[in-house]
Amino acid sequence: MAADGGEGVTGEVAVLGAGMHPWGKWGRNFVEYGVAAARAALTDARLDWRDIGSIIGADTVRGGYPGYVAGATFAKALGWQGARVASVYAACASGAQAVDAARAQILSGLADVVLVVGADAAPKGFFRPAGGDRPDDPDWLRFRVLGATNPVYFGLYARRRMAIHGDTPEDFAQVKVKNAAMGALNPNARYRKRVTAEEVAASAVVADPLRLLDICATSDGGAAVVLSSLEFARRHGHADPVRIRAVSTVTPRYPNTVLDLPDIATDSAVAVDPPAATFRMSIARAAYEEAGIGPEDLSLAEVYDLSTALELQWYEDLGLCGEGEGVKLLRDGETALGGRIPVNASGGLASFGEAVPAQAIAQVCELAWQLRGDAGDRQVAGARVGISANQGLFGHGSAVIAVR
Amino acid sequence: MVAGWFAGEGDGFRLLGTCCAACASVFFPREDHHCRNPACAGGELAEVPLSRRGRVWSYTDSRYRPPSPYVSDPELSWEPCALIAVELEAERIVVLGQAAPGVTVEDLTVGMEVEVVPGVLHEDAETTWTTWHWRPTGVRA
Ligand SMILES: [Zn+2]
Repeated sequence: MAADGGEGVTGEVAVLGAGMHPWGKWGRNFVEYGVAAARAALTDARLDWRDIGSIIGADTVRGGYPGYVAGATFAKALGWQGARVASVYAACASGAQAVDAARAQILSGLADVVLVVGADAAPKGFFRPAGGDRPDDPDWLRFRVLGATNPVYFGLYARRRMAIHGDTPEDFAQVKVKNAAMGALNPNARYRKRVTAEEVAASAVVADPLRLLDICATSDGGAAVVLSSLEFARRHGHADPVRIRAVSTVTPRYPNTVLDLPDIATDSAVAVDPPAATFRMSIARAAYEEAGIGPEDLSLAEVYDLSTALELQWYEDLGLCGEGEGVKLLRDGETALGGRIPVNASGGLASFGEAVPAQAIAQVCELAWQLRGDAGDRQVAGARVGISANQGLFGHGSAVIAVR
Repeated sequence: MVAGWFAGEGDGFRLLGTCCAACASVFFPREDHHCRNPACAGGELAEVPLSRRGRVWSYTDSRYRPPSPYVSDPELSWEPCALIAVELEAERIVVLGQAAPGVTVEDLTVGMEVEVVPGVLHEDAETTWTTWHWRPTGVRA
């Protein structure tokens, strides 16, 4: 029952397999992407679907169905075999929460081996709230009252960085240049072409100061991982598996004073001073604390580059550099392949686009491949410790730390 | 659509929030049920007008037509709309809003003073949907 089987750090689970359906605009059903990713992860784990004791799905909306579905949908498509099932919704953090739920089942002894799947077929253009008049929903309100799309928030953060830290649009473009160069090396990425700073500058402004190539696209895609106890891993011939050492799923602390999706206003700090760490910083800190490591121990990071400017913010929030020093870290080449701490070696959302329920799982897939040394041309040499970070709409934190 | 978020006319126009009688936390959009300060046992939430003027925290614009439920006339070409996040000093809160018509990102800088003014979000034959706009102080439409 004990997850450590008598040795190593308690609280760890093994990543036995990872799989994806390539990202793109394929125009097919999300179930197809999820099943393809699940089968790939099972093959990678050298397991049969019937060996799986539990399946956890990261939710998406099924067209025409009044609700969110995932776990049982994938289980049916793979063939009913009686596994325990759960589905989780946490917007962009859904995948990380699915991993966390799987981990909890394994560590508590409820399951030995769990399949985690996320997939989506995203609409073209801007994300938008579900239909109907729903003035009790902050996501609906920001569109109806302000026309505030997701890129509007990314534009606000970018402009704020320019005013406070002196970042420039040319700096932002270099994030895209870096991530596109790494995405070009990734067969699962949607965009596999290098991009120049001139091409970013020539693309249309979407939300000043951000241009089309500063902002991630929407995509179809799927990702899956097979997680198990370390004892199960050993029994099945995985002697030295990648291990998940921490999963951060924190909420913000009141008052949350950084204007954030989908809110129209921040909390007021008039009665209570803001916490020392912003929400995004607290996401990483919780993961570091649980893993017993710090940013100096990292070999690589996968972060949600919803916009180029937001990736720079993550450098600082993850503690890869001091506040306001994100651009310097980028300019010094530290976050590129071969640098001190490569960020988004997968190519990031810049190269994948968003398939919301799959993306946080895809980040874990990349960590697993990198830590196994299986990342091909985009391999981070000697990778031993990796972190993924993202933030889900409505206050869902998400970070995963994996080690080898 | 958003009853009780603003009131008044001309120089008397104000955003309306609520204030907790127990801990003095301010909420916008208004919170009428429970104080959200986790350290507060909860008090009466009374309506309060927010400061009329604040400083630009950041700004951007929408160069493409936002999707529904935003309402705009598809017959008309889309005019980029600026949005401003404004820090209100007394309330220590940041409130996002559209810029007044004619105000573009070229007219804005972080830290500049703006004031809240009444505006029109959308109108059709039967209804005019009113809203709030932020406008640099000293500018008269
Ligand atoms: Zn209170």
